Amino acid sequence: MTTATNTPEDQGFRLSQLIYDTRYRSITIQVIAMLAFMLIAAFLIRNTIINLSALGKDINFGFLFNRAAYDINQQIIPYTSDDSHWRATLVGLLNTLLIAFLGCILATVIGVIAGVLRLSKNWLTARIMTFYVESFRNIPVLLWILAFMAVLSEALPAPRAFRGEDPAASMWLWDSVAVTNRGTYIPAPVWGDGSVFVVITFLLSLLGIWAFGKFSQRRFEATGQILPNFWIKLAIFFVPSILVYFVMGGPITLSYPELKGFNFGGGLHMRNSMLALWLALSFYTGSFIAEIVRSGILAISKGQTEAAFALGLRPSRTMNLVILPQALRVIIPPLISQYLNLTKNSSLALAVGYMDLRSTLGGTTLNTTGRELECMLLMMAIYLVVSLLISSGMNVYNKSVRLKER
Amino acid sequence: MKKSVFLGALTLAGLAAGTAMAQDSSTLAAVKERGVLKCGVNPGTPGFAAPDANGNFVGFDVDVCRAVAAAVLGDSEAVEYTPLTSAVRFTALASGEVDMLARNTTWTFSRDVDLKNTFVGVNYYDGQGFMVPKDLGVSSAKELGGATVCIETGTTTELNLADYFRVNNMDYEPVPVESFTEAQTQFLAGACDVYTTDASALAASRASFENPEGYVVLPEIISKEPLGPLVRHGDDNWGDIVRWSLNAMIAAEEYGVTSANASELANGTENPEINRLLGVEGELGAMLGLDNAWALNILTQVGNYGESFEKNIGENTPVGLARGLNAQWTEGGLIYSPPFR
Repeated sequence: MTTATNTPEDQGFRLSQLIYDTRYRSITIQVIAMLAFMLIAAFLIRNTIINLSALGKDINFGFLFNRAAYDINQQIIPYTSDDSHWRATLVGLLNTLLIAFLGCILATVIGVIAGVLRLSKNWLTARIMTFYVESFRNIPVLLWILAFMAVLSEALPAPRAFRGEDPAASMWLWDSVAVTNRGTYIPAPVWGDGSVFVVITFLLSLLGIWAFGKFSQRRFEATGQILPNFWIKLAIFFVPSILVYFVMGGPITLSYPELKGFNFGGGLHMRNSMLALWLALSFYTGSFIAEIVRSGILAISKGQTEAAFALGLRPSRTMNLVILPQALRVIIPPLISQYLNLTKNSSLALAVGYMDLRSTLGGTTLNTTGRELECMLLMMAIYLVVSLLISSGMNVYNKSVRLKER
Repeated sequence: MKKSVFLGALTLAGLAAGTAMAQDSSTLAAVKERGVLKCGVNPGTPGFAAPDANGNFVGFDVDVCRAVAAAVLGDSEAVEYTPLTSAVRFTALASGEVDMLARNTTWTFSRDVDLKNTFVGVNYYDGQGFMVPKDLGVSSAKELGGATVCIETGTTTELNLADYFRVNNMDYEPVPVESFTEAQTQFLAGACDVYTTDASALAASRASFENPEGYVVLPEIISKEPLGPLVRHGDDNWGDIVRWSLNAMIAAEEYGVTSANASELANGTENPEINRLLGVEGELGAMLGLDNAWALNILTQVGNYGESFEKNIGENTPVGLARGLNAQWTEGGLIYSPPFR
């Protein structure tokens, strides 16, 4: 070893050192790789520009501010065919974010339940969950989306079936929910005068629940007494909002769906395209999350549970205080990539006619303007930004549950 | 990471562009060398382009492809069909994946000028219509306020629909679908009240329904949809070949040249125009860079415009379209070929 560190007397820098000297070799390789990469990139970019100009096309995003001229059925922000392609893109992006948000929530719920139940000692429950996980995980998500859509549009009654003296179909839950092959219509809240106070009260009570939790925790640590946390939180959740609601004279009412002309009117219309996409993405991603949850729980040694039991902790508290905090550390990182997958998979929406970013910017806008390269580049940039935002948000959460070494 | 993804995107775009550059500058030379014409068609519109029981594409648009193959290669069967959805058709043409499109495509200003295509003519004058189930009790498109409408995305029909309902101050719920077959499935399941597309395609899809009598096509035609074959900008000679192949079919009908009598008339007739068309007189074929029997090949192998119409979409077929606007100009229609001179 000593001979290796005994460098010969310094002869100054020689060019051969770039190859033979381990101190410089890695840098040489990196520089060469970088140059090669840049050359290839420059060649491809130049090639693209030359080919585009040969076709007489330029790269120009001006089309985004022209009139879009097409309609979008599901709009979170107001949009008409007179608005620009840019606004249509925005409507599509919001629809993408909506499906991603709803999908991540439902997939997590399904995944956690399935993952825990797959570890159940009940043979039947465990086998059913295995069947669910294996069947969803091993069939492409596009097929699941199409299958859900086919079931929703073929098996459910058309709005026409609700008409007449003796209708073939009827609404559910005291005539408040209509399930049709065009979507499900549910009662929608109508925000009257003064409803803003109810909403503010509700938000304040959420804050109150959080503050109470802190207080209760400190009291427990100081005195060892446990308050009936659940019931008090439940009361804070409901009582103030309901009181304000009645004081303001019931400002929030519900509009119920009813048959009007060709369709149901009123209420909230959850289109089948959205439901099919939402359910398919959630069940598909849920099967992966189930495996992640299962592996996270199995990663915690059984000794931890036994030690908790030995201390006299009940099973539910063992789960909450001992197993989950440790399991989450294993679960969160792969969960982030599942959320990203779900968000990206939502671009299959066009298959069922859900107007997401891919269907607006990458679909109708691309087709009517013929600006393929611009639309694709913009769409990739948007998906990239959305994915990076999701993963950075989840990384913040990951930091908070990570093992804190003291 | 951001940078690498961006560069990756550019790589893809560059690769796509690279294939475009690789193609021969002369489409005619490329087709002759390949020995087969690549033609983009509709994946399945009965009567216009759809696979038959043996899996071979047949139809009115397909006949245009066959005519061009007959003119260029002397064999109407030397065609490789590429089924294209409405969303990818122009990209496929621009990138050189197909040599021409004969895929009921509406000739519009922006598609012609902005998308750098050359529409070589019109083989079917169409217009957008509406189809509804009969028991809906609707007799006019003006009564469709509030209806749910199935529509193929990425088509001119989508834009016409938005404009029509807007101008007439009616609400509607668009249900975008990706393909013709998906639209039919949704429409038959009652997931939409109305199916709208070109009237010819409505008739074609109605013909394929189990119970065609249960559905009506409403009388309103809300747009002009001149459908025709197209090629990409930049190869005028190739555009001429496709244009005059279509015109040869149209002119042949006008002069009474059919698949049955073309060979006989090619021995020479009194009519100099027929003689020039069939290559007996003049060098029209050579001017296009083709054999002088190019039009004769079209007519013996494919037939004239009227024959193709009657065989594929005429009144005696399940599609059952009347000639209407698509009759010869001598019979009150719009079908008209410039002179072969």
